[in-house]
Amino acid sequence: MLDYLKELCLINGTSGREEKVREYILSKIIDKADITVDPMGNVIAFVKGKHPAANKVMISAHMDEVGFIVRYITDDGFLKFTPVGGVDEKVVFGRNVTVGEDNIPGVVCVKPIHLCEKEELKKCPKIKDMCIDIGASSKEEAEKYVSVGDSVYFVSDFTQFGDGLIKAKAVDDRFGCAAMLKMIDEGVSYDTYFAFLVQEEVGLRGSKTAAFTVAPDYAIVLEATTASDTADTPESESVCFLGRGAAVSFMDRSTVYNRELFRLSREIAEKNGVAWQTKTTVAGGNDAGSIHTSRGGVYTLAISVPCRYIHSATCVANKADMQSVYKLAKLMNEEFANASPDR
Amino acid sequence: MDAKEICLRLADAAGVSGDERAACECACQILGQSADVHIDRMNNVIGRIEGRGKRFLLDAHIDRIGLIVRGVNEKGFVLFDKCGGVDPRTLIGSEVEIFGKEKLFGVICSVPPHLAGDDDKLPEITKMAIDIGFGKEEAEKLVFPGDRIIIRNKQNQLLGKRISSAALDDRAGVAVLIKAVEILKKEGFTADLTLMFSSQEEVGGRGAKTGSFANQADEAIVVDVTFATQPDVGKEEGGELGKGPLIGFSPVLDREMSLALVYTAKEHGIPYDCEVMGRSTGTNADEISVSAGGIKTATVSVPLRNMHTAAEVIDTDDIENSAKLIACYILENGGKENA
Repeated sequence: MLDYLKELCLINGTSGREEKVREYILSKIIDKADITVDPMGNVIAFVKGKHPAANKVMISAHMDEVGFIVRYITDDGFLKFTPVGGVDEKVVFGRNVTVGEDNIPGVVCVKPIHLCEKEELKKCPKIKDMCIDIGASSKEEAEKYVSVGDSVYFVSDFTQFGDGLIKAKAVDDRFGCAAMLKMIDEGVSYDTYFAFLVQEEVGLRGSKTAAFTVAPDYAIVLEATTASDTADTPESESVCFLGRGAAVSFMDRSTVYNRELFRLSREIAEKNGVAWQTKTTVAGGNDAGSIHTSRGGVYTLAISVPCRYIHSATCVANKADMQSVYKLAKLMNEEFANASPDR
Repeated sequence: MDAKEICLRLADAAGVSGDERAACECACQILGQSADVHIDRMNNVIGRIEGRGKRFLLDAHIDRIGLIVRGVNEKGFVLFDKCGGVDPRTLIGSEVEIFGKEKLFGVICSVPPHLAGDDDKLPEITKMAIDIGFGKEEAEKLVFPGDRIIIRNKQNQLLGKRISSAALDDRAGVAVLIKAVEILKKEGFTADLTLMFSSQEEVGGRGAKTGSFANQADEAIVVDVTFATQPDVGKEEGGELGKGPLIGFSPVLDREMSLALVYTAKEHGIPYDCEVMGRSTGTNADEISVSAGGIKTATVSVPLRNMHTAAEVIDTDDIENSAKLIACYILENGGKENA
């Protein structure tokens, strides 16, 4: 799973520009599943199990990552840009980025500290006021290499550090994609639909059409979620914790999760010795939001790997937590495949 | 090695103010091919080329800005302060390397938006912390107060001759001097020359102070970086990238030298601009000019964007032209017998 994760995180793909991620995923599953790519670009892969399933179960993760898009090129050859998905300006200012298909390197300009008024140094400028410098001396020169509408990406290698941690960009949600690739490699006990989704970061859009097409009875959303268990944050505000296992949500901004499924996930985790925790803050949202309200309603569970500094170039996650999410997802898939269709 | 290669190799070395060893050794390796080099007790790299007649001192600072460890908190996160004028707006979410018991990777913590609320004020540097992925006990074994920290950022080739990297301030200046010596040797200069890659400039010109006392000269040229034009920095505030070095004019600089540098640039068709300062220069020139009984001093500056961030940008043509200007000036102002 870690090899998949490493390769997936290094691929660039903002919302609506998932093609390189999709190509990678297709190349890994092409002879292991019945595959459909829908008009949105979602990859829906049906994997036959050892047994038929009593219920249709869909496991999903999203392929897109947060990033930026070039909106304007100045006469001096600097690029103005806007975020795709939610990005905090503080993690952008003065950083390396790459622009477009050809990965043109650039840096986000910073007015030198020496020339700033005191007040200017207390805040970070807004993204709309920032510029990318690709080294062009004029608009004409810049336009030879980049165009308005090109995607802009964080630059970040895949690093292992500390006590079993990894750092990369796009862990949200290439982790979920990597976990599904591994499940497909290992094979499933019951027939399962795997959905690799587009456009989560701009409004849970890929999941909407995929859930309609698959029409599942049960859904498991694999995600990365905010952990703010850092420096001075009190426990009560930490959302979830690195090293404490799979994070299962009871409620977030997009979904009030089925109570029984939430309890069941804990029971099953405990019975099987899988580290389980819940998110302690009602924050964030994920594809469960559009999946659980699809058609006549879908029983939906979200299982996440806790991730520090999410939506930045430096997402940090714990390898043991990834294993916990993986194990719990497999167990829940088997449970749902056999459950009564009406709870 | 060409200017770009020298510059990127130097900028890749650590060497935060007061802990310049790694960068000094890198510079010694390169300069050692053309001068007698040693590192003095303040961590200045001194390169000597003995000669006759006039004594020239060429200075660029070897230290870079960074951070310094204050301690480890209850959860194992590393607390720090700045070491030199780091831009606090660029720290949150940055990757760092801590030069502790071993080299450690870390990330400067950011607060997720749902906890930050509407307050977009930056935290004070002393309220920030670094995640090194260890608990308190392990962290304390690896990290000690005073360890230096650098911001980790990939070097880039941008379009044309432009490059980006941390620490181009002032490794670009060191590269200028190494290239200038190359030209001087080729042109057979005969005067006495001291190269000084000085320490602790970013915390107050301290290396230059002792270094210039110990290496007295008749004339000194200080090479540092200066602001380049970029969004929010207009032409009256900065030099243009790729349009040559900036020759300094300031009450603390020797006007005859400044004018002679302009004359040299014109004579040789070297692109240049003038940088006029109404007071001291904010470079080592301020210290060197009043060293011992006084040394006539001039500045030659390389324009640079995003100063004091991990993504500083220069045009390597400016390094070549700065080196050429300094070499030509020396050859024509007492650096070559019978010239």
